[in-house]
Amino acid sequence: MREITLSQAVNEALAEEMRRDPTTFIMGEDVAEAGTPFKVLSGLVEEFGTDRVIDTPIAEPGFMGMAVGAAMTGARPIVDLMFGDFIFLIMDQLCNQAAKTHYMSGGKLNVPLVLRTNLGATRRSAAQHSQSLQALVAHIPGLKVAMPSSAYEAKGLMKTAIRDNNPVVIFEDKLMYQDKAPVPEEEYLIPFGVANVKREGSDITLIATSSMVQVAEKAAEMLAAEGISAEVIDPRTIVPLDEEALLKSVRKTSRAIVIDEGHQSYGVTAEIASRLNEKAFYHLDAPVLRMGAMDVPVPFSPALEDITVPTPEGVAENARKLCAGEMIHAA
Amino acid sequence: MSPAKKAKTNTEDYLRMYRQMVRIRSFEDNANQLYLSAKMPGLTHMYSGEEAVAVGICEALTDSDRITSTHRGHGHCVAKGAEFKEMFCELLGKEEGYCRGKGGSMHIADQSHGNLGANAIVGGSMGIATGSALRAKLQGSDDVTVCFFGDGATAQGLLYEVMNMAALWNLPVIYACENNGYSEYTKTEEIAAGSITARAEAFGIEAHQVDGQDVLAVNDLTQKLVARARKGEGPFFIELMTYRYHGHHVGDINREYYRSKAEEKDWKENRDPITRFRHFLVQEGIASEDEIEAINAEVEKDAADAVEYALAAKYPDVSEVDMHVFAD
Repeated sequence: MREITLSQAVNEALAEEMRRDPTTFIMGEDVAEAGTPFKVLSGLVEEFGTDRVIDTPIAEPGFMGMAVGAAMTGARPIVDLMFGDFIFLIMDQLCNQAAKTHYMSGGKLNVPLVLRTNLGATRRSAAQHSQSLQALVAHIPGLKVAMPSSAYEAKGLMKTAIRDNNPVVIFEDKLMYQDKAPVPEEEYLIPFGVANVKREGSDITLIATSSMVQVAEKAAEMLAAEGISAEVIDPRTIVPLDEEALLKSVRKTSRAIVIDEGHQSYGVTAEIASRLNEKAFYHLDAPVLRMGAMDVPVPFSPALEDITVPTPEGVAENARKLCAGEMIHAA
Repeated sequence: MSPAKKAKTNTEDYLRMYRQMVRIRSFEDNANQLYLSAKMPGLTHMYSGEEAVAVGICEALTDSDRITSTHRGHGHCVAKGAEFKEMFCELLGKEEGYCRGKGGSMHIADQSHGNLGANAIVGGSMGIATGSALRAKLQGSDDVTVCFFGDGATAQGLLYEVMNMAALWNLPVIYACENNGYSEYTKTEEIAAGSITARAEAFGIEAHQVDGQDVLAVNDLTQKLVARARKGEGPFFIELMTYRYHGHHVGDINREYYRSKAEEKDWKENRDPITRFRHFLVQEGIASEDEIEAINAEVEKDAADAVEYALAAKYPDVSEVDMHVFAD
């Protein structure tokens, strides 16, 4: 199978869906000729024109609000939010308007929009361009949240998101745009709420999102060399969450670590760990461990930044301890 | 054309406008009573006094034109064509409400008449209205969207972001600023520096100020602007000078610390939009006093019947609580 980058995969998904559905359009800062700072959208304006690849002023609440209005009146806007950190700027439009409109209208109004944005530290971008804020939006009923872990997922989840009748937030990892993965030429979609078992194992389950899937896979490699068999599961969407797949794995392995790049406290890892505790408690041989980013603003200095996020070594170390029966606690 | 001659050619339109204003007043009087008699959950914000704004504007629109409304939204909802029964049911949280009781007073939406919904965030719908206009433009339709908001909402930054884009892209949106003199419990002059219309003019948006107690003035201006917006000459901005008879919300009773009773009396006695229009209709021979009274009585009965119906209507089944979080 051919291999393409995550950036190409997103670009293909957008182009295919925009050809398929004339009500789709992209809006955001520097999305047209510039193709975004990450060049993910390069070439789209040439094919679809500036009516469907719309450069906006630097006014995130404004264009997010407009996307909500366009979605309520029959369009399928794809909003490009240059950095995930800017979600704080659009919170009212996303969480008070987009997320609640269908419910508040008793099911009469729909808001089918996609918010494309990103997450991820270790790019030396400091505290306001490095956050992983998926937990913030996952907390709000009415929003779906997808977290692709490779080019394959990025394309399949994006296509599903565009066809979904709800507001969907997709977080792409900034550091993965150039990562290649096998992606079929023929069309495919990845349904929401279906986890993917990336690697089978029997001693411990590593549940990981986005780029943390790679971290978990590397940890599993290390552990395999020591005779510990780790299962790696990627939920792919955290709303909806494929709870059954996670429970099934944990009931089998009886141990779990949940890894996500958002801050650890009150985060995605806490939610998943809590569900495992509630629903698989009697199958557990060890406490479910959370591994998120440290509860500090992301520092600039490489010497500091690198220690704020989960690493394969850290995951492997914790897995060893859990499998050895040592009592350890999440930080 | 002389006003009188013009008036006679528009008898049907004028009587409908009158009736719609009376319907709003009557709806609000009943809503207020429901609150005062503790039959309505929560609270609500009365539109009484501002009827000529909603009616003058919405009478210039078709069902496929859209509006976004505010926390003080009953007037917009009625003026855009909504029915009393479904509205009262919504205010009382009943299953037959426009939103199956899930929205309530501050979130009434009636998409069958192009009402994209009231909004409980002050200024919260400015993006939605402008996006609705963008949709019309991208679609190649000539639908116009009117964004209702109050003077208080001019303090929100979102307005300036979306007016900028609407002006850049000539969107068919009309920003209708209902200046009722008060931003919640504070005089407008204490929260708004400079001129309100100048804010729009800074973006090159044509702005008008109009007497919001004169339904014909509002309607004439809106008709002209809507026609131009359909041709791609938008956006436009209207500041409608009006007055809120009640407090910020129904519970805001003792309000002399920010507004005098004399001032309220003056607006009610001398500038009431319904009384003014009634005098005009009678003076011009469009309707007799008896005909006017008949309209009033009919509306009052409609409202009373709808209230009675809504009070007796059933609440949604508890199984609906987690319905409509997501669309299929």
